[in-house]
Amino acid sequence: MKLFESELKVVNIGLESFRQGLTDSGVKSVQAQFRPPLSGEAALFAKTSKNAARIDKANQKALARVLAAQPALVGMGLALDVIPGMKKDLILHAGPPITWARMCGPMRGGIMAALMYEGLAKNPKAAEKLAASGRIKYAPCHEHGAVGPMAGIISASMPVFIVKNEAGGNYAYATQNEGLGKVLRYGAYSPEVIERLKWMESALYPTLKAAISSLGRIDLKSIVAQALHMGDEVHNRNRAGTSLFYRAIAPAVIKTARDKETAAAALEFINGNDHFFLNLSMALSKASLDAGRGVKDSSLVVVMARNGTDFGVQLSGTGGHWFTGPAPVPDALYFPGYTKADANPDIGDSAITETNGLGGFAIAAAPAIVQFVGGTAADAVSYTLAMYEITVGENNIYKIPYLNFRGTPTGIDVIKAARTGILPFIDTGVAHKKAGVGQVGAGVLSAPPEPFARAFEYFARKL
Amino acid sequence: MIKTIIKKGAYFDSVSLMQVAKKLNAVPGIIDSAVVMATRENKGIIKASGLLTPEVLKAGDSDLAIAVSAKTPEAAAAAFKAADELLNKKPAAAQGGADRKAAGLGDAVKALEGANLAVISVAGRFAGALAAECLDKNLNVMIFSDNVPVETEVALKRAAVRKKLLVMGPDCGTAIINGAPIAFANSVRRGNIGVVAASGTGLQEVTTLISNEGAGISQAIGTGSRDVKLEVGALTLIQALKMLAEDPGTDVILIVSKPPHPLILKKISAEIKKIEKPVVAVFLGGVIKEKIKENFYPAKTLEEAAYKAVCLGKGWKLGRAREIIYDMNLKAEELAKREAAKKKKSTRLRGLFSGGTFVSEAQVILPEMIGEVLSNAPLDKKFKLKNSMELRGHAVIDLGEDEFTMGRPHPMIDFSLRNKLIVSEAKKPEVSVLLLDLVLGYGANLRPLEDLLPSIVEAFIQNRELSIVTSVTGTETDPQARFKVVKGLEAAGVIVMPSNAGACRLAGEIVRLAARKQQGDLL
Repeated sequence: MKLFESELKVVNIGLESFRQGLTDSGVKSVQAQFRPPLSGEAALFAKTSKNAARIDKANQKALARVLAAQPALVGMGLALDVIPGMKKDLILHAGPPITWARMCGPMRGGIMAALMYEGLAKNPKAAEKLAASGRIKYAPCHEHGAVGPMAGIISASMPVFIVKNEAGGNYAYATQNEGLGKVLRYGAYSPEVIERLKWMESALYPTLKAAISSLGRIDLKSIVAQALHMGDEVHNRNRAGTSLFYRAIAPAVIKTARDKETAAAALEFINGNDHFFLNLSMALSKASLDAGRGVKDSSLVVVMARNGTDFGVQLSGTGGHWFTGPAPVPDALYFPGYTKADANPDIGDSAITETNGLGGFAIAAAPAIVQFVGGTAADAVSYTLAMYEITVGENNIYKIPYLNFRGTPTGIDVIKAARTGILPFIDTGVAHKKAGVGQVGAGVLSAPPEPFARAFEYFARKL
Repeated sequence: MIKTIIKKGAYFDSVSLMQVAKKLNAVPGIIDSAVVMATRENKGIIKASGLLTPEVLKAGDSDLAIAVSAKTPEAAAAAFKAADELLNKKPAAAQGGADRKAAGLGDAVKALEGANLAVISVAGRFAGALAAECLDKNLNVMIFSDNVPVETEVALKRAAVRKKLLVMGPDCGTAIINGAPIAFANSVRRGNIGVVAASGTGLQEVTTLISNEGAGISQAIGTGSRDVKLEVGALTLIQALKMLAEDPGTDVILIVSKPPHPLILKKISAEIKKIEKPVVAVFLGGVIKEKIKENFYPAKTLEEAAYKAVCLGKGWKLGRAREIIYDMNLKAEELAKREAAKKKKSTRLRGLFSGGTFVSEAQVILPEMIGEVLSNAPLDKKFKLKNSMELRGHAVIDLGEDEFTMGRPHPMIDFSLRNKLIVSEAKKPEVSVLLLDLVLGYGANLRPLEDLLPSIVEAFIQNRELSIVTSVTGTETDPQARFKVVKGLEAAGVIVMPSNAGACRLAGEIVRLAARKQQGDLL
């Protein structure tokens, strides 16, 4: 099309005042936001551009596997029995690897709770001593096929959901969600926390296990697809997902529970916890993304996870290598009595939902929680639209009604993030920085630049 | 006291930041301020202004540094608060809906179907990569940013030629495409004259002169200042000539440039030869001796070029161009005599320009009237001012040169430096005439009278013999409305001419008459 004979339409990048002359002349224009690239190494960008065809092919292959995943809840078991490499003296935690010395308050509290729960320590003091002694080993959940919200603590005798990607044959694991208030995942270790965990192990777990086993499988992917149409983004809002799960499992619970009271207690517990589905949406995301691992030359992000100190990223094409940087403190709405000064830096494996095109990436589907993102539905839409700039593709199953059922932006390409300077948008809960206080708010954050810059530079150098 | 704060990872473009800094300086108790991305160059600027602190030194490229020199801690705090508010002010457009800000280029192209031009004004070090992405998306590109490496410019322009797209710039300040002013441009009539210009001010001058004379512009394409250099090879200029030659809306083509490299001039001439339409060309400071083709019309000044194009466009005889200039001079002669009569001791002309091309044009016109004219941007190196801040003899300076614009907005936006010079030059008893320019239009200062007049009033108080002559580059439909500005200037005692060339001739004539009169007085 010849420029002089077409209608002029302008993309303005930079000084916004330049649009005035266009507007006055009736010319349509759009302002495109600009951020500097994450890396200053122009040669590496040139290298990735030169290899764009190869990388693109690899990314399409990796994303196709993620999109084709069929995650279903197929059973439950104890961590020691089902999680690969799980040991009695091993505690799994959220985020990239970290030593006890560098762990934040909530993660330490969660570990102390787990040690008391396991009967390895009698009281908090003994638990803290044991945790620091070197006799307990720590490893990221992600390195054992598992994911955990907030502190993400999994110890040997905790019951876990077993989610199978029926298309790829790989498995993912997550604990049962404890609910809000004083809970282990926020670092609480008081007696009532341990008591609840014990009840979940002795009453909730067998009940759900029997119910799932009688159903054979529960299709998690279709629950998430429906939940998005019902106002969830399945990270910070799981009300619809939890309801749908409840409808799927309730008849089986009633049929298989050893008595009415047990069935009622289990169902009451799920009903009373709007976030019950979170751990399942995380395991579903983990099972999907693990299918996209190990594709040579792929710059697809397969993990974003935080341990409350560091934010870590893994790529499909760079194996088990972690790229980390300091975890930021989320911008949040705080519960009465708390402020940003109380907040712990970002924590939890739950950013696996964003990695999978859900959570913050699907915030446009969740108008009910826009108060976390600036207050208007338009803000939420803007955040989702921005994520299309850094993703490999759009989801084939998870769709956003408001965007005319456009698939959610799925599969972060670390090269695109590095080039555009647009960082993944995460919506999340916020933990108190002191162990044992619990959740203090909920909010949003952009992932920190360092892990993505490092991942990009490492990936590009290895090309 | 010097106080600084660092905001990690907060990117803003430099012009927005300079606007913030300007507003911070207005906060009571603030002596000076700097709001910059903490790059190495910017740290240099902060250091030069005495605002460097260890925190700023430690900050990185992607961190925002706000530094203030304040009389009290309270003033510093107030300035930081003001900076926060200014930086976080959400433009209405960002709120979403139809006028939502796009998150990036991909989003923008999706949001605006059929987008065909990208205007890039981000920091130069990012502009090249961004422009390449735009070309990938089949957008024509105007790069306002400067400090883009010349190799990048060549690579972009070659890619554009291959894709039959246009790359205007880097360092392209202005263009008019399909009637719409882009970046620093004026609101001009549409018509049948197509302009291609390697100089932004030159483009603004010829398009406004043409429009004010009742003719109009089909397209005006900026090439960027380096296009006619040997390294770039006039890639954009030649492509623009081809596009204008083909454009059914263009009957006359007008080329504005500094003298190209001789090899490049050959290339340009060869292209001009192929064009059937009449072509007018002004290469300021150079003369085209070659008769390139029958309907080729060289001009010495922007003014001559513009009026020749008007005659060709309107089907008038070319002699009419000379008549317009003659009429202008006739009126000026009276004014020159009146002004010269005031002079008893002063004989010197000082030109303080915001437009670089006007400085070139002044050097084309003035020397044959008044002799040697010095400049910080001389056409002939022989006449280079030793110190750009110390004007001697007859001198004309370009305040848009890098030496003046480091860390501050362009003098077409921010008048403060020129205002200082207007007053300091007026205080010198040898100064007889101050020659100025004033560029209106989009992108330029929106309150020129409010910002300029106080220094004009002060200058007249300081120097009873002083004459101030200026041109006002603009049209009645510009946001500032030319007639309002002219009226305000005239009320303050400034003589306003229709063109820069006209202003130069009048200023020269005043000085010439004043000198002759004083010599006569001595005899």
